[in-house]
Amino acid sequence: MNNVTATPTAPPAVETVGLAKSFGNFKAIRGLDLKVPAGSSLAVFGPNGAGKTTLIKILASIMRPTSGKVLIEGLELKDDAEGVRAKLGLVAHQSYLYGNLSAWENLDFYARMYGVEDRVKRVSEVLDLVSMTARRYDRFSTFSRGMQQRMAIARALLHRPSVLLLDEPETGLDQQALGAMWDIIRREEAGKRTVIFTSHSFERALSVCDDIIIIERGRLAFKERACNMNLGSLKKKYGECTAAVKP
Amino acid sequence: MKFWSCVRAIAWKDILSELRTREIICSVLVFAVLILVIFNFAFDLNPDLIRQIAPGILWVAFAFSGVLALNRTFIPEKEENCLEGLMACPVAREAIYVGKAIGSLFFMLLIEIIILPIFALLFNVAVIQPELIVVTLLATVGFVAVGTIFSALAVNTRAREMVLPILFLPVVSPIIIASVKASAISLAGQSWRDMTIWLAIIIVFDIIYLTVPVLVFPFVVEE
Amino acid sequence: MRIRILLILSAVLLIATIGLDMLLIPHLDTANTGFIQFSPIFYWHIPVAWVALFAFLCVFVASIAYLVKRQPFWDIVATTSAELGLLFTTMFLLTGSIWAKFAWGTWWTWDARLTSSLVLWIIYVAYFLLRAYISGAEQRARFSAVFGILGFVDVPIVILTLFVTKQMHPGDAAFHLDKPQMVLTLILGVVAFTVLYFALLFFGIHLKEDAAEISEMKNMVEEESNG
Repeated sequence: MNNVTATPTAPPAVETVGLAKSFGNFKAIRGLDLKVPAGSSLAVFGPNGAGKTTLIKILASIMRPTSGKVLIEGLELKDDAEGVRAKLGLVAHQSYLYGNLSAWENLDFYARMYGVEDRVKRVSEVLDLVSMTARRYDRFSTFSRGMQQRMAIARALLHRPSVLLLDEPETGLDQQALGAMWDIIRREEAGKRTVIFTSHSFERALSVCDDIIIIERGRLAFKERACNMNLGSLKKKYGECTAAVKP
Repeated sequence: MKFWSCVRAIAWKDILSELRTREIICSVLVFAVLILVIFNFAFDLNPDLIRQIAPGILWVAFAFSGVLALNRTFIPEKEENCLEGLMACPVAREAIYVGKAIGSLFFMLLIEIIILPIFALLFNVAVIQPELIVVTLLATVGFVAVGTIFSALAVNTRAREMVLPILFLPVVSPIIIASVKASAISLAGQSWRDMTIWLAIIIVFDIIYLTVPVLVFPFVVEE
Repeated sequence: MRIRILLILSAVLLIATIGLDMLLIPHLDTANTGFIQFSPIFYWHIPVAWVALFAFLCVFVASIAYLVKRQPFWDIVATTSAELGLLFTTMFLLTGSIWAKFAWGTWWTWDARLTSSLVLWIIYVAYFLLRAYISGAEQRARFSAVFGILGFVDVPIVILTLFVTKQMHPGDAAFHLDKPQMVLTLILGVVAFTVLYFALLFFGIHLKEDAAEISEMKNMVEEESNG
């Protein structure tokens, strides 16, 4: 197993050891070993049902693994659940935000939940970061999909997490919104924050990530540095890995 | 303390959200008044009969409206999968239960504060008495403690609106029985001493159902 | 093997109990009081009540064990116990009802103990309804365990209500058994039904474990054929 390494001395931001998850008889993830260096960004590819969302949920500590370990900056969930969760930011398929509350109220709520110290200031900052300051008093249910996604990112960045997890963040966004989203993610504390995201878009991923993995039927099928790949080779490799899946 | 500030945040979030739409309060209030009206049709109510069955009518109204209100507890958390968002927060899972229970307690008490005078008006019964108010308060705590945990269970099943009453009503029956008895004693003008045993039952129930759900809640929401 | 022994043992004990019950007990009522401890149904009613409560206690313990260990075995124990608890509670309500008809002329009264027993019965019916409405096996086991715990802690409260209101129900008759034959019959009945409970419990667990194994084998075959 060749591990992707950038700075060998710093502990990996995210590490999994023998990670496995089963739903009854269905094995969603089988024996996944991963090491993601601090400050890097990792793109996770794989066909639908490969286990990408399951992986993100387990890393985000929302789902318990059936076996194996997850270490966030060297800490396991059972050692310090609250400490670990404080380091994680998650942008999932759904926004996790409440339709009846305004943008401001939603972020204020999560700022309280995450114990953000300079709460009012931070909420303003984050609203500004995602360019939603003008709509801060409007109900979340009135926002377009692109705005909702920006709000979801705002929610994830509120507590200044050192690890940001995104599950197919590009779904339903147009090109402009996509560009804006990646700008936001890379703007704040870029270089210090570790980003792991699942994707179906090869071009975009190659332009923003440092490392790539392909997951197929719960197993790690392929690992490589983004700089060593181009669009063509990535597509080919993806085709090879997923060809093994029976129709 | 982190735990209690999160509990407050969750309770306030629910109250704020409800104040915006007033969905729960309006529909439950209408439902409660409807129950009172239906009882009037169901029984040929003369003053003697009312005196006998008033506590029962009141608690049937509270119990059924309670089920309706408590059914809504976890539904907002299912939309946009907000429960997952809460679970990702760095706070004990129990805080979610306690926060939601406090929010529901607020709604239930608000509904009861409105229903009691309406009940007094419709049935010409003096229900605004300190003993009855204490009984109502204690019993509502028990309702909410049980209803919140069962709402968390029910919202994950296929027929959530049907499941909650089936789980909830048998389990809270001891407090319904005790509340009706205590209310009857109160309305008959008797003192606290006569209703001690019923209050004791309600208090014991409350203590048990405030502690056990807190312990089992994490098992309900985990994946 | 063990199951067979228990079933035979419980059958023997039950026959002995019936024998004592039907043949001996009615003749003890020399003063012709008509108290319940002289009527045969009492010696069915009490043991069945005891076993029903014991079964629910087993559901409680098995539910906790499942949440701690997460082994499907404990879910099987809890479910089987709940089935038996429901069965015995039904018998308890029926025998109580029959006795009420003969003693008080009415099939049912809403006194505290009978009402509480009915409520307990409904709680355990709710246990199965909950299971019926949940799709995933793991979630079903987990939610049933949670409900098994929450439902059982209601039992002491229900029993407390029982001690508080002594209305029509002869609450403490069990403790006024004068003749040794009565005590013997009662104890024999309790033992007989308890043995029957364990026999049926082990039998039920055995059946469900076999069913689970078959289902797993089917899944394995399916997976292998899919590659």
